[in-house]
Amino acid sequence: MAQVLNSRGPVTGTATRAKKRRPFLLDLYSTAVGKKYVMAITGIGMMGFVLFHMIGNLKMYQGADDLNKYAEFLKKLLYPLAPKEAVLWILRGGLITMLVLHLHAALTLTRLNRHARPVKYQSARDYQVASFASRSMRLSGLVVIAFLVWHLLDLTFGAVNTVGADGEFVRAEVYDNVVRSFDRPVVAVFYIIANVLLGIHLFHGSWSIFQSLGWNNPRFNKWRRAFAGGFATVVVVGNISFPVAVMAGIVG
Amino acid sequence: MSNHLNDITLKIWRQAGPNERGRFETYLIDQISDEASFLEMLDILNERLITEGREPVTFDHDCREGICGTCSLMINGQAHGPQKSTATCQLHMRKFQSGDQIVIEPWRASAFPIIKDLMVNRSAFDRIIEAGGFITAPTGGAPDANLIPIPKPVSDAAMDSAECIGCGACVAACPNGAANLFTAAKISHLNLLPQGQAERYSRVEAMVETMDDYFGSCTNHGECEAACPKSISIDVIALMNKDYRKAKFKNRKTSARAD
Ligand code: HEM
Ligand code: FES
Repeated sequence: MAQVLNSRGPVTGTATRAKKRRPFLLDLYSTAVGKKYVMAITGIGMMGFVLFHMIGNLKMYQGADDLNKYAEFLKKLLYPLAPKEAVLWILRGGLITMLVLHLHAALTLTRLNRHARPVKYQSARDYQVASFASRSMRLSGLVVIAFLVWHLLDLTFGAVNTVGADGEFVRAEVYDNVVRSFDRPVVAVFYIIANVLLGIHLFHGSWSIFQSLGWNNPRFNKWRRAFAGGFATVVVVGNISFPVAVMAGIVG
Repeated sequence: MSNHLNDITLKIWRQAGPNERGRFETYLIDQISDEASFLEMLDILNERLITEGREPVTFDHDCREGICGTCSLMINGQAHGPQKSTATCQLHMRKFQSGDQIVIEPWRASAFPIIKDLMVNRSAFDRIIEAGGFITAPTGGAPDANLIPIPKPVSDAAMDSAECIGCGACVAACPNGAANLFTAAKISHLNLLPQGQAERYSRVEAMVETMDDYFGSCTNHGECEAACPKSISIDVIALMNKDYRKAKFKNRKTSARAD
């Protein structure tokens, strides 16, 4: 045989190999299947976030007061049992951790996949079922993260928001900040594009979680695709309605 | 009634050896019966090349009846060519037309190094099987048939997985070069049956981790299922993932006891 594959010690299902003992979670995370568990679990966590973020923002349609009070309410979760913003910071910490883990797994698995086929096909591939969504997870994810950075600079820190007549960005004036932001058509369009890509990411992702987590059952298999389509649609339509409403003058 | 195909342009990957530079070479071929199989068409090409004193094209084949998993070939960008649920050896020229261009490439994956032309080394699959694709059973007289009762749906599911012929089309078709369909089919075949239970969790851990040493990771595109000559469903991948999760917990407990 012309090429010899990596030589390795005996690894069998019966002869237990002397393995380097790693902490359990690290051990799980060291394999591709384990990393996909992490991607799926962090993905579900972030799916929960984007859904409730969208639902919370619907308060925009009830007027400035409602939306601003909702923002205030988030800061006072469990108050006075817990100090102001404590719960919010715990939630934020969880989200940041999930994003970092999701990104790290995406990056390392992508690298593994590149190694698995260093020489590409030299003729055109004719894909049968791989969708645009499944093939552009990395692209859609990166646009979402770029959007996330912009979004925080815009509405949380006010660095790229246009300030009001008083010449100062006031974070608590959530409603006015949103209106001012979307009054700039370029921002509104970027927001819409980023959310369509988020939807595309979720269209594959929220189907993919079932496979990655081993949730496969003839009883519900036929609902998995519908769930993914429905979830992505609800999140995207809800989110995109905000800039559209501002531009159409419904919110403003 | 057999018709003949003419004016077929073949673009075939030629590579003298594992570390040589390869390139596509173009051959024109005429007078091919539409009843010829794809591999017979390559045989005819090779005979013509030999009479012209040129080097024949090396490609893998054995049973030519879709059961051994030796044939391969990326045909016009599809593993095993355009016909669903069909290995290259069972593909026939009636699927093509006169004047067609057919591009033929070897499987491409770092775990499947090219040996020559269209032939690749798939022994990485053997490493996965060695890790756990077996059961331990006493040898001796053959046990009576049906000695161990197995519910029909279970034996059907196990048989669907056991259909895997190990050709590597799943790896070839996967945009990530992952071998999850192969490994999962081999795991489910044994993990579903009573005979496979004793080694169920050590099997899945060992096979998944061996797979990791050679192949990419699954992103649930589904290309493997579409390319599989036996139409093995990606449902088996979910089963593998589930058993792997359970194995990680169970094996941790049992190995702690063994210390
Ligand atoms: C920060 C940028 C992001 C990047 C680079 C990224 C990248 C990826 C990649 C490469 C996958 C793997 C696709 C697969 O294996 O099927 C994936 C899966 C997934 N992503 Fe993201 N993603 C990002 C953000 C997000 C966000 C914000 C959410 C949720 C709102 C999300 C939800 C999911 C879900 C649910 C999956 C499916 C997990 C699975 O296959 O089991 N991702 N992501
Ligand atoms: S040659 Fe045996 S399966 Fe094709």
